[in-house]
Amino acid sequence: MATADVSCPLPETAAVPWRPRADARRLRRRGALWTLSTVAHIVPFIGAAVLLFVVQPLAVAVSLAALAHAWLIPSLYAARGANVLRPARRAGAAAERTALGLLGDLVDHETRDRHAATGLVVERGRLGTWLVGEAGAVLVSRRGRRVHCFCVRVADASLPSGDRVAHLLLALRADEEGFATVANLAFSGARWRLARRLPPAMRPALTAAARLDRV
Amino acid sequence: MSRLVRMDCSGHTTLAEWTAEDAAGVEAAVAAFGAELDRGYFAMVSTGPGHAEQVKELPLDADLVILRLPISGG
Repeated sequence: MATADVSCPLPETAAVPWRPRADARRLRRRGALWTLSTVAHIVPFIGAAVLLFVVQPLAVAVSLAALAHAWLIPSLYAARGANVLRPARRAGAAAERTALGLLGDLVDHETRDRHAATGLVVERGRLGTWLVGEAGAVLVSRRGRRVHCFCVRVADASLPSGDRVAHLLLALRADEEGFATVANLAFSGARWRLARRLPPAMRPALTAAARLDRV
Repeated sequence: MSRLVRMDCSGHTTLAEWTAEDAAGVEAAVAAFGAELDRGYFAMVSTGPGHAEQVKELPLDADLVILRLPISGG
């Protein structure tokens, strides 16, 4: 479980002094605002679809197009969230092997196996359960029902994938709330929305994180 | 044997190895540690399962000290 030692905050938080330090309450609030914003985007389309159908049933095709927009908008946001876990370009095979060895030293056997299968590290924290990828992390909270997708990365593109994950994992373990402060929120919403947009190989890691968050 | 490693494009590079009794090894490790911090690396030490801590001085009793680069929001 990641620590919450604010006596030694993540040094990278100094680069974003305008951001209030993330905590469970602030994340809940951001999640609620995200949901509100999504509702504000889709309600006009649903309203227009219903109104148009009532006024002119022959315009059903236009009503259906409006409903499709209402469905599509949250899906696009979820796709943006899923992108934070998308694998980046691979380094040479030897470097990848070496980096995976170091990452393997940082996690337990089960996590190592899951990373080998999905490319993601599942890490229990105080704010929820994290899925750590190469260029971002997903926080699963509210007993596995809610996800917050964060875009956060190390600035060296030449690093092998295992090292990129290890960078994020070490920062997360040192200061979980600082990590969530530094990272950019790309999506917040229902876990099922994100699951639909994840590559199938990654979905077991999300399921495992949700299961762990319910414990 | 304690190790100071830096994550880099090769996977990782071992910069120094030392034992508490090896004064020359300790001296070399401290010098390498300081040089990497000056280059902008952060030093991390695992402090138990799921826990890590940033250190600004080389912890001589740590088994493994890992140097990482800063992260930022993408």
